[in-house]
Amino acid sequence: MSQARTLATARRVLLQLRHDPRTVALMLLVPCVLETLLRLIYAHHRAAFDQAGAPLLAFFPLTTVFLVTSIALLRERVTGTLERLLTSPLGRLELLLGYALSFGLLAAVQAIVVCALTLGPLGLRVQGPVALLVVLAVCVALLGTGLGLLASAFASTEFQVVQFFPLIILPQLLLCGLLVARERMPSVLHAISDALPLSYAVDGMHQLSRQVGAGGAVSADIAIVLAFAVGALVLGAATLRRQTD
Amino acid sequence: MTGRPGPSPGDAVRFERVTVERGGRAVLHDVDTAFAAGRVTGLFGPSGSGKSTLIRSIAGVQSGVRGTVTVLGQRPGSMAARRELGYMTQSPSVYEDLTVAENVRYFAAIRGGEIGDVLERVQLSSYANQLVRNLSGGQRARVSLAAALVGGPRLLLLDEPTVGLDPLLRRDLWRLFGELAAEGSALLVSSHVLDEARHCDEVILLRDGRIVAQLSPAELSVRTGTEDLDEAFIRLIEPR
Repeated sequence: MSQARTLATARRVLLQLRHDPRTVALMLLVPCVLETLLRLIYAHHRAAFDQAGAPLLAFFPLTTVFLVTSIALLRERVTGTLERLLTSPLGRLELLLGYALSFGLLAAVQAIVVCALTLGPLGLRVQGPVALLVVLAVCVALLGTGLGLLASAFASTEFQVVQFFPLIILPQLLLCGLLVARERMPSVLHAISDALPLSYAVDGMHQLSRQVGAGGAVSADIAIVLAFAVGALVLGAATLRRQTD
Repeated sequence: MTGRPGPSPGDAVRFERVTVERGGRAVLHDVDTAFAAGRVTGLFGPSGSGKSTLIRSIAGVQSGVRGTVTVLGQRPGSMAARRELGYMTQSPSVYEDLTVAENVRYFAAIRGGEIGDVLERVQLSSYANQLVRNLSGGQRARVSLAAALVGGPRLLLLDEPTVGLDPLLRRDLWRLFGELAAEGSALLVSSHVLDEARHCDEVILLRDGRIVAQLSPAELSVRTGTEDLDEAFIRLIEPR
C-alpha cells in the first residue's frame, strides 16, 4: 500500500471535480432543495418534519455519492484509463481508497452544508449532539462510495450502472424504518433490514433526533455503517479484475 | 518460418508458445517471439490480426493467455513488471476533464517519477494548461503518449501511436522513438500504416494471430524483391 499513490489519486479525482463545477453545485444544492421542500410539505406538522428530516440527512449523501462514484469509475473503464492504471504500479485498493477519500471529502462538505441549513433556518429539532449527526452523514457518504464502486464492477455501460440505483439503494429506503418502524415489519423483512446498512444510519438519526443521551447507541450505529463501507470497498477491490477479455 | 535466433538473456520481452483465446476463438496462435531493449520493434499487420491482443498480453491485462510471456524477466502484470512499463492504449486513455499537465502529473505521481521534459518531447508544452477535452484528436493521442513516457519506463508498449497524425508529426514521433531506444528503452510500436516500418530496427508481421515474419526492413525488401514496403507486406501477407 502506498500512501503517495492513494493521495495522488484522491487529488486527481478532486481536480476532475474542480473542472466540473456544475456537478459540485448540484451535489451541494439538491439535498438543500429537498430538505426545504420537506419543510414546506410539513409546514403545519413540525413533529413530522423532525421525525423525517434527520433520517433524510443520512439518505441524501448515500444517493448522490453512490451515483457519482459508480459513474466515475465506469467512465474510467469505458475510456481506457482504468486499463492504463491497472498496468501501472497503482494497486486496486489504492485506486478505490483514492476515490473514497475524494468523494468522502466532498460528501463531508455536502453533509455540513445541508445539516447547517436543516438545523439552522429550517429549524429541525434534534436532541442529541449535532457533531455526531454530521459524522454519521459523512460515514453514510463513505458507504455510498463503497457501494458505488462495487456496483460499477458489475456494469459495463452507463445504462446498466444507473439501474443499480433502484436495485441497491431504493429497497434500503423502503426497509430502513423511515416509512414503517422496523419492529412493526413482518419478521422476514425485519431480518432483511437488519442486514442493510441504511437501517443503522436511520436508526442512528432517529436516536439523535429523539433522545438527549443517545451518544453511545449512535456511536455503535456509526461503527456498523463504517464497517459496511470498508467491506464494500474491499469487496470492490477484489471484484476489480486486472485481466479482461 | 521467421529465421530469428532463439531466446537470449538480453530479450526485454519473450513469448513462448503463447495462445490467447477470446470468446472461444483463438486470437493469437502458438506465438514464439522476442524483442530486445535499445531498439524500436514494429508490430505490423492488418486490423484484427491480433496486434492489440499481443500488446495487452505483455501489459498483463489480457485474460485467457496460455503459454509463457516474460517481461523484463518478470511475469506480466506483476508489480516488478508494472514499475518498468509505459503503456499507450489504442484510443487515447487520459482524463478529458483534466488539463494536459494535470494528466501527466498524475501518471508521474503513481509511477513515483517526475514530469521532466516529457511535454516538450511530445510537443505539447504550449498546451500544458488546456483541458484535454478541448484538444484535437492528434493532440489527445500525444497526451496519451506523454502519460506512457513519463517516469522513464524501461519498456514502452505503444498501440498505434501515430494513427491520425499529420506526416510531419509522425516523422517527429518516430524520431523520438528512435531517441528513446538509443537511451536504452525497449519499444514495441504497432501500426497498420505499413510504410512506417522503415523507421523500425526490426519488424514483427502478424496475420490472423500468427507471426508471418520477423526481420529488419532491409531484409524485408530483399526477401520480397521490392523497395516499396506496402507492396512487400502485401506479398508476405496475401495467402499464396
